[in-house]
Amino acid sequence: MAIKTEPFILNIGPQHPSTHGVFRLRATLDGEVVVDVEPVIGYLHRGIEKLAEGRTYTQNIPFTDRLDYLASITNNLAYVLAVEKLAEVKVPERAEYLRVITAEMMRIASHLMAVGFFLNDLGAMMTPVLYMWREREKLLDLFEMVCGQRLTYNYMRIGGVSHDIPEEFLPALKRFVAEMPGFIDEYDQLLAGNEILLVRSKGVGVLPEELAINSAASGPVLRASGVKWDIRRADPYSIYDRFDFDIPVGSAGDCYDRYWVRVQEMRQSVRILEQAIPQLPEGEVCAEVPRLLRPPVGEVYGHIEAPKGELGFYLVSDNSIAPYRFRIRPPTLINLTALKDMVIGWKVADLIITFGSIDVCLGEIDR
Amino acid sequence: MTLLEQFQLWLATMWPEWAAYVTPAIVGVVIVIAFALCMVIVFIYFERRLLGRFQIRLGPNRLGPEGIFQPIATAVKVLLKEDIVPAKGDKWLHWLAPLVVFVPVLMIFAVVPFWEGAIFIDLNVGIVYVVAISSVSAVGIYMAGWASNNKYALISALRMVAQVVSYELPVILSILGVVLMVGSLSMSQIVAAQTIPFILLQPLGFIIFFLGAVAEMNRSPFDLLEADSEIVAGFHTEYSGMKFAMFYLGEYCHALAYSCIIATLFLGGWRGPLLPPFLWLLIKVVAVFFVIVWIRATLPRLRVDQLMSFAWKCLLPMAVINLFVVAAEVLWLPESLPWIMVVVNFAFAGALILLWSKLFTLGGGRVEV
Amino acid sequence: MKFERYGIGIAKGMALTFKHLFRPPITVQYPEEKLVVSRRIRGNELVWYPDRCTGCATCAKSCPQGNIEIVTHVGDENNYVVDKFEVDTGRCMFCGLCVESCPYEALAMGLSYERAQYRRGQLVLSKEELRLSDVRQPSGYARPKIEATLPEQSLLVNWDREKGGQKLSLVPLSKKRGRGV
Ligand code: SF4
Ligand code: SF4
Repeated sequence: MAIKTEPFILNIGPQHPSTHGVFRLRATLDGEVVVDVEPVIGYLHRGIEKLAEGRTYTQNIPFTDRLDYLASITNNLAYVLAVEKLAEVKVPERAEYLRVITAEMMRIASHLMAVGFFLNDLGAMMTPVLYMWREREKLLDLFEMVCGQRLTYNYMRIGGVSHDIPEEFLPALKRFVAEMPGFIDEYDQLLAGNEILLVRSKGVGVLPEELAINSAASGPVLRASGVKWDIRRADPYSIYDRFDFDIPVGSAGDCYDRYWVRVQEMRQSVRILEQAIPQLPEGEVCAEVPRLLRPPVGEVYGHIEAPKGELGFYLVSDNSIAPYRFRIRPPTLINLTALKDMVIGWKVADLIITFGSIDVCLGEIDR
Repeated sequence: MTLLEQFQLWLATMWPEWAAYVTPAIVGVVIVIAFALCMVIVFIYFERRLLGRFQIRLGPNRLGPEGIFQPIATAVKVLLKEDIVPAKGDKWLHWLAPLVVFVPVLMIFAVVPFWEGAIFIDLNVGIVYVVAISSVSAVGIYMAGWASNNKYALISALRMVAQVVSYELPVILSILGVVLMVGSLSMSQIVAAQTIPFILLQPLGFIIFFLGAVAEMNRSPFDLLEADSEIVAGFHTEYSGMKFAMFYLGEYCHALAYSCIIATLFLGGWRGPLLPPFLWLLIKVVAVFFVIVWIRATLPRLRVDQLMSFAWKCLLPMAVINLFVVAAEVLWLPESLPWIMVVVNFAFAGALILLWSKLFTLGGGRVEV
Repeated sequence: MKFERYGIGIAKGMALTFKHLFRPPITVQYPEEKLVVSRRIRGNELVWYPDRCTGCATCAKSCPQGNIEIVTHVGDENNYVVDKFEVDTGRCMFCGLCVESCPYEALAMGLSYERAQYRRGQLVLSKEELRLSDVRQPSGYARPKIEATLPEQSLLVNWDREKGGQKLSLVPLSKKRGRGV
């Protein structure tokens, strides 16, 4: 005999320990069971798309830092690739390599955050987060060495990168690349076989393959559902076609697979770094590009595989110094649309970890 | 004859009877509460530093040498905070709840034997008293959750009731195993009977009691009612100032009390060679607490339905089987050969855990809505 | 969804956290110990060299935020005399575009990152405040010559865990660098 209960609305956020920023969820609960969720976004809206229409192409680069602030370099990269496509700029070889190296470092750093905070949502009391922060900190040190900041790098420029690397960078990076697989093994020791993690996340928050494709999910969320789709392979940009790496694919599309795919991607990123460092050629790091770039009239969509998914920039040029239209396709906003289908019928705790496993970044969602 | 009773007899030789009766009681209460509160402060410091070291950080180390005054600073900070009562909350219950949580926990210490005879009152039903009194604080937590008029607090309170009710059973059943062996409910007799610590004689009982105790004191991985990633701070979301301090102290007191009970029931209490008995008890208590902190630093938490099925599907049947096995052993095994029992019970515990891991799944899946 | 591995995973995790108990902590006790920042750090300030500045306002034009306010008049030798050079560091995002674009190397990012103030108005830096001084040193961002003179950054990667202890190079403690201007 089921007792009749009345659903009630629980307001999660915008101030809540596990909303990863200022995100609000209106969850309708029946006891502990989630009946309905409605994400409420926009608390971090800064109007970047509009602001960008009033600034030159170069001046927009620091704004892209503020989208997904945990992966600024890839935002820079996506934007400059789009502009370069529009203006048909040729990028020097060394700059291409530096872009790939920094982008893969960024992917590792971003996934470390994602996995760490996923575990925090599971209730692991900061320990995995702090272990992972230690490695992320090393990467941030390296970024600081190259471009002077730890979070908002503003490193890419149209036609290359802003600075060449200092000479102590490569030895330090090599050291990092050498020790990183050992640390990933340690994380696996701590987490991968943990029975509580398994019972909590296996089969929870399943995103079926078909639904994942239909909701245009991308990145680890899509790959965890079993779709082998990585823009680095599907539509190779920069020089990714020169490197040998695998695309880890999950099967079940549950929270555990999303966690697992991220860990494997870190390993693959380390592999790419291992290949890229010895190949790094000498030469210029930035092509000659006029400071006030006036791309020809036209429109372009440039997209890359950012750590969180497909990050795209759609630019329309009217041959002036500023873009006529500047549109961002943020990966996590679109991944978030599938949240409701993943969590209905699960418990509140599952809602939280499923949300955490999507790995959202509010700077990007609200723009 | 406990020390306090001797004190009372001695006083009765010169003071009027009522004074001789009241004075030792007051002295005892003061000593026990002082012990509990001092230990709680030490525990708070110990846990913070230890968690820090587990997480390759330092932990609080600014105030005083190695930060030993940090708990005091925290206490002062908490006490100076404004006391907020939710406008639509139930004011009286909101005020009463911290007391109802805190006082019963302190009362547990009345039956903890510190060394031979040093026990506030040697109740002949000591262990039943512990079980009874420690679940009273669940009422307080439920009151807090209800009175706060906050949905997070309410969810937490409901979880609490479910959790405490389900974990009480395996805890009691595993205690019964010990009681069967000793043949007495009195805490001091339980200690006296442990020539071999009961952790060796009853490994399964120890594991069940330990897990149940961790669940009852709401520690990770069963810390569902303070699951900060889900329901913020749980039942004390709406508490601040002095009242919050009561919950905070109550939580650590609970941990301390259960560490004492575990040490007494399964680790031989104050018994131990060389060192003075009181020190032995302290060492054991701190060791138990260390394991609790260690677990907290490592494990994620379970989900609410998994928590319940863990209690009902795993702990409870295992505790029942354990009880029967112990009863059989007490009946039929020769008392002169306790080591046979150690070997048998370890093998048995291992087999049972393996079997249960094979047989049962935890928790349900998606609910159709 | 079973306890498939009989608690082995939990035991392995516990072993790992226990191992970390004996690793040296990576905490840096901030106000007492300071890490050496990158040579290219984009600190929370700008350094302006009045003698090199021609008042061309390239920096002001390249700033995405429009932070730099320059007022000039034409001087005796048909040059620009800078009357006002004001940077609102409260709105600055320290992107470094102004420094990169200055053709005369008259502007540099600062080294310091301790520039918190109590009032927003105090963050607006005038011509005098922007000058080079004891507490306002330039960083090597886009200025290779300055970069070569700065000490090497302390890196966590180079920190030797096996040797134990804190092996990161720290800035020697000095009172002078403590507070803002
Ligand atoms: S650092 Fe960037 S935001 Fe700040 S003044 Fe220079 S150009 Fe403007
Ligand atoms: S760009 Fe350089 S020289 Fe020109 S006004 Fe700015 S600081 Fe002065």
